[in-house]
Amino acid sequence: MKQTLAQKLVARAAGRSSVTPGEIVTCKVDLAMMHDSSGPRRVKPMLEQLGAKVWDPGKVVVITDHYLPAYDDESRKIIRIAREWVREAGIDSFYDAQGICHIVLPERGHLRPGMFAVGGDSHSPTGGAFAAYMFGIGATEMVGVLVTGEIWLQVPHTIAMEFAGELGAGVSAKDLMLFLIGRFGMEGGQYQAVEYRGEAIRGLSMQERMTLCNMTAELGGQVGLIASDAITSEYLKSEIEVWDSDADATLLAHHRFNAGELSPQVAAPHSPANTKDVDEFSNVKVNLAYIGACTGAKLEDLRMAARVLRGRKSAVKLLVAPASLRDQQSAEREGTLQVLLDAGAELLANSCGMCAGYGEHLLPEKAVAISTTARNFKGRMGAASAQVYLASPYTVAASAVAGRVCDPREMLA
Amino acid sequence: MRAWVFGDNVDTDVLAPGRYMKLPIEEIAKHCLEAMDPSFAASVRPGDIVVAGRNFGAGSSREQAPAALKHLGVAALVAESFAGLFYRNALNLGLPALACQQARRIRPGDSLTLNAETGEIQNLTTGERLACEPIPAHLMQMVRDGGLLAHLAKRCNTTSS
Repeated sequence: MKQTLAQKLVARAAGRSSVTPGEIVTCKVDLAMMHDSSGPRRVKPMLEQLGAKVWDPGKVVVITDHYLPAYDDESRKIIRIAREWVREAGIDSFYDAQGICHIVLPERGHLRPGMFAVGGDSHSPTGGAFAAYMFGIGATEMVGVLVTGEIWLQVPHTIAMEFAGELGAGVSAKDLMLFLIGRFGMEGGQYQAVEYRGEAIRGLSMQERMTLCNMTAELGGQVGLIASDAITSEYLKSEIEVWDSDADATLLAHHRFNAGELSPQVAAPHSPANTKDVDEFSNVKVNLAYIGACTGAKLEDLRMAARVLRGRKSAVKLLVAPASLRDQQSAEREGTLQVLLDAGAELLANSCGMCAGYGEHLLPEKAVAISTTARNFKGRMGAASAQVYLASPYTVAASAVAGRVCDPREMLA
Repeated sequence: MRAWVFGDNVDTDVLAPGRYMKLPIEEIAKHCLEAMDPSFAASVRPGDIVVAGRNFGAGSSREQAPAALKHLGVAALVAESFAGLFYRNALNLGLPALACQQARRIRPGDSLTLNAETGEIQNLTTGERLACEPIPAHLMQMVRDGGLLAHLAKRCNTTSS
């Protein structure tokens, strides 16, 4: 039977030769990732209540990123519980203040093509960039995984998003994704598997693929998948298995686009689905620009911003929270970080920061922000009166310079 | 049971606002849905039913979103559709979530009775009967047990005895 990439990954984890969309299967979990907010502080009391232990501490990764930097007694306690629990539970893969979980996980080599993984965060589909079946779950369901090493799944159908051609200058994976969410809405993924394919996707670097798969959450898919290839192998610095859909596997839908025709995209408040071409917003003045989050402040995101900001000054408050410590260090070594600082950027910690609205930095009343983050729900990043526009690092940087929503291609010429 | 009616795309961040996420569930629950209806947390009564449009629970994996509703005594959720992750979370907490194509026919304050097993809603205010998609059998057993934790406790006990 011809199988999609999603079916093949689920079949392997279910110990089957093939699976059919719609059927309920139980899968063995190769990797469970948690962060400080939904992880130890929530699962520890439930495990104690059950008198149960972690099924395989070697398959668990814990990363602190939400309540960093800790700024009050509650946040310090949440971080302390994470640090203590990993020792008690015998979990060696613990990354403390190293960056955002979705970036640190592959950066430290935990993801490989063919894996079946869960994460205690909705942006866990990021792992699909590595042809791993990875999706987000809540804390109680994580306890189920930690106790049994298994999880149930309804085998998903696959929606293929195929992009021919090549992205133009100043257009990035974030623009592809905002375009898709604008086109299909936040339920477009129907909690099925979304597979990104085509020449334009093959041409994306791993970090750009991660941006795309990450926001499958906003597209409403359970997972966002990209077949593994030479670019995956190069990132992982090792030989890999190629995991891909069979050419004539049955799809729920197959949408075809030409990446070359795409303009920079901007999502207006208060939904990522409010996306239009950047030109539609050229009269919108902004007073804050934010380059942060797993989907918007990786090394390559910082490089995009720097390409625009080199030799320019931000006209508004510009905050940069690099997605991982390693990415920040790389950006520092190569001079990218200095370009951002010279443009007036204020550097924040390598954590989820304002994106999640959990920390001490929140958008003030009446802020009109343009941001590389994933969600612009009302009040998420701070004050309910704040307006958040979502865009690529190129567009956020250009808008920071212009003080209004601005097409970055004007500054990249 | 009284119906509380909301629109499309009620997101997790409005159910469990980020700034309160560091606090225990009883504190988060006080702010549940306050951006949409500031009176909700104080006025909702045990047994009430929350009704919404499409994509209820969009956004985060934070389980505090359905947990806040459960903490306030909400007996069930009815929506035209649910975000997949939120749906799993609600059922894992033993909070029935029922997809109902006719959810829009329910008005704020309508008096409802709901049978989670059959997926049937009776609107006592209008006299209408509305059909919901039933909760899949393998999940209904977990809901009956009171959620995944209770379900796991049963399993742990069975294994150890």
